[in-house]
Amino acid sequence: MGRSKLINLISDYLGMALALAVLIIIFSLSTEHFFSIITFRTIANQIPAAIIIATGMTYILVIAGIDLSVGSVLGLCSAVLGVSLAHLQWPLWAGLAGALGVGLACGVFNGLVSVLWGLPSFIVTLGMLEIARGGAHWVTHSQTQYIGSAIEPVAATAVGGLSLPFLVAVVIVVVGQLVLVRTVFGRYLVAIGTNEEAVRLSGIDPRPIKLAAFALSGLLVAIAAIIDTARFQSANPNAGTGFELEAIAAVVIGGTSLMGGRGSVVSSFFGVLIIAVLNTGLASIGVRDETKRIITGLVIVAAVIVDQYRHRWPWKRGK
Amino acid sequence: MDASGQGKLLVVTGLEKSYSAKVLSEVDLSIGAGEVHALVGENGAGKSTLAGIVAGLVKPDGGHMNLNGRPYAPRNRRDAESSGIRLVMQELNLIGNLTLAESLFFDRLPHRLGWINYNRLNEQARPLLDQVGLGELDPTRLVSSLGVGQQQLIEIAVGLSRRCDLLILDEPTAALTDPEIDRLFAQIVRLKANGVGMIYISHRLEEVQRVADRISVLRDGQLVFTRRPSETSLEEIVRWMVGRELGSVVRQRPARSGGAVALRVRGLRAGPAVQDVSFEARYGEILGFAGLMGSGRTETMRALYGADRREAGQIFLRGSDVPAKIRTPSDAVRRGLALLTENRKEQGLLLPMAVRANISLSHLGSISRWGGWVQTAVEQAVALRWIQNLRIRCASAEQPAVELSGGNQQKVVIAKWLCRDCEVMIFDEPTRGIDVGAKFEVYRLLADLADKGKAIIIVSSDLKELMASCDRIAVMSAGRLAAVFDRGEWSQDAIMAAALSGYGVNL
Repeated sequence: MGRSKLINLISDYLGMALALAVLIIIFSLSTEHFFSIITFRTIANQIPAAIIIATGMTYILVIAGIDLSVGSVLGLCSAVLGVSLAHLQWPLWAGLAGALGVGLACGVFNGLVSVLWGLPSFIVTLGMLEIARGGAHWVTHSQTQYIGSAIEPVAATAVGGLSLPFLVAVVIVVVGQLVLVRTVFGRYLVAIGTNEEAVRLSGIDPRPIKLAAFALSGLLVAIAAIIDTARFQSANPNAGTGFELEAIAAVVIGGTSLMGGRGSVVSSFFGVLIIAVLNTGLASIGVRDETKRIITGLVIVAAVIVDQYRHRWPWKRGK
Repeated sequence: MDASGQGKLLVVTGLEKSYSAKVLSEVDLSIGAGEVHALVGENGAGKSTLAGIVAGLVKPDGGHMNLNGRPYAPRNRRDAESSGIRLVMQELNLIGNLTLAESLFFDRLPHRLGWINYNRLNEQARPLLDQVGLGELDPTRLVSSLGVGQQQLIEIAVGLSRRCDLLILDEPTAALTDPEIDRLFAQIVRLKANGVGMIYISHRLEEVQRVADRISVLRDGQLVFTRRPSETSLEEIVRWMVGRELGSVVRQRPARSGGAVALRVRGLRAGPAVQDVSFEARYGEILGFAGLMGSGRTETMRALYGADRREAGQIFLRGSDVPAKIRTPSDAVRRGLALLTENRKEQGLLLPMAVRANISLSHLGSISRWGGWVQTAVEQAVALRWIQNLRIRCASAEQPAVELSGGNQQKVVIAKWLCRDCEVMIFDEPTRGIDVGAKFEVYRLLADLADKGKAIIIVSSDLKELMASCDRIAVMSAGRLAAVFDRGEWSQDAIMAAALSGYGVNL
């Protein structure tokens, strides 16, 4: 049992790890600048926010929902943090609490509205995408807030050469994966994404569970916002623009189904890594930005096609 | 069996098919023009696979087929249909958001430059609906507004509407009531007279004997027996199907009087289908609900379970005088009321998930610790225990539910609810589409539950099954409770009369 479990685990992530390794090898052979500690440290500093957002997004996709508001909510949380530290001179802890509270509130709003009125989360979070971005500009009067050293402890703390944000992201991935596969909450998420009506008729109210998933996504976005704000030591009201699509791309590259019922936080983590390595690698071999975007787009589509072959819908197999 | 394919419509020889295990091996079968060839066998015996191969849905691994003396190897369903072979499936294949008329003529909607001529379409639909006895329905109604039984008749009408030489009916009567079945059989007789050959797959052996010219039994993928109905008996067919003796298909339950009142429903109203229904169920008894399709039985159960909105009515549990507050299924389950729905695939199972996860779904809280950490070892053990207890045939507890046969899927749903240990358990069509052996086991299970003191309610369209297993039978007609019979007081005629009473029919 233990052995076959291990084999399963390896086979689940082998493809992703191989793809990542292939990318690294290709870029290392293409340019001598790529394979270096500096490159990897750069990547490790860039991706924590994306990893944390992708974790929340994985939960949302597992219940067959979508959260388009993550980028804007990141901007709003960052704005709240920036204003409270730079402008209102709040202590660090109060600013962090404010940012977390705003992120949570946005997530709860998304969840409550889509659950209570039975609306598709696509529409509700599309609304939130506008609301939160508007809110970010409103709070900051569209001015970037320079915070300076007040937020330095968040980004500067390092353990064994790895930054605190990166460690936080890794912990969130590990805990997030365990919650998804080993807890009642995680099982309910997968079950809801598989067949919500069957879950409801089994005497389990899906509404609070869906609400919790959206709330969690909001909270994780707030954590990502804090990390990004600390990295730049400033809060830009346009921060996070386009993050929703990057996060969805990473999660989908990881093999999580947009139809719900199947997903893995660890795979999403790999998805973020693949996109990050691709971006950094293409930049280091001197590919222009527009070409980079075309290649990234093609990789996303190709990854999903490959995944289709790995997980054929079981009920579409002839019986 | 015929030595030559002379004059036969379809001749199948040496058909083979394997998935992970062998499903069909060396199957020979022939159907003449105007002949009804019935295929019977337990679930998983290979009937649906055989039908799928003939209808072009499944590719065989070996063997060949001849249609009208010419080699026949359909590449897909369309191919088979253009060769005059049509399949009406066990699983409904309709699009809920289309109207009845649109469904009937979906691939040949009358149109001019792409604009559908709805007047002509609805005009064309009427005689077709009439043919299957649904003439009173408005062709512009949505398919989704019909009950399962009526949808099945629409599906059959779709099959009948096209010119075809060979019609395959896979469990056509699973969701039909007796009058509906009679109408269908009248159609079968008419089609036979027109020279249409038919493969008729069913679990209902009495029907098969009535309608078939020849009966073949499939067992574990092999054709083991073919006879004319006059040359064989029900007992012999069942013996060939299961490969062992069964006393009777459903064993008569000894009479018992129930204990205290477990569930009392008063003045229940929900939509047009449920109008002022009151009844009670007692601990230790099996209460059956008979009635025609659309008489409101399923809707009654869903309303009292909180699955659908109630307009009026009170529900009392455990003899309490205070009405129970049941607004959602989770309220109902918390108060000890369970409902096993009629559509197990759509509403009962998490098809791509493991049998283990399906069984544990209803009681995950009780096998977890630290506020929600699932103890997988316990979960596994519980699943294995139920797989053994209910004799669920599966490769392992990790096998996805979708891969199980209908009877075993039903047992998985039952196992899920047995884990939860509710006092009142409602089973809506628990034996639909499952084979004789599994039916027998399901009814034995329900009897055991009643013996253990639970209140059991069964909604079924199979009157014989209800009469054999229930202590009391409530009959619904046109959304109202028409009569309640005690064991010994009922007869098939009396129940039928009650079932028709609400529609202004007097017998």
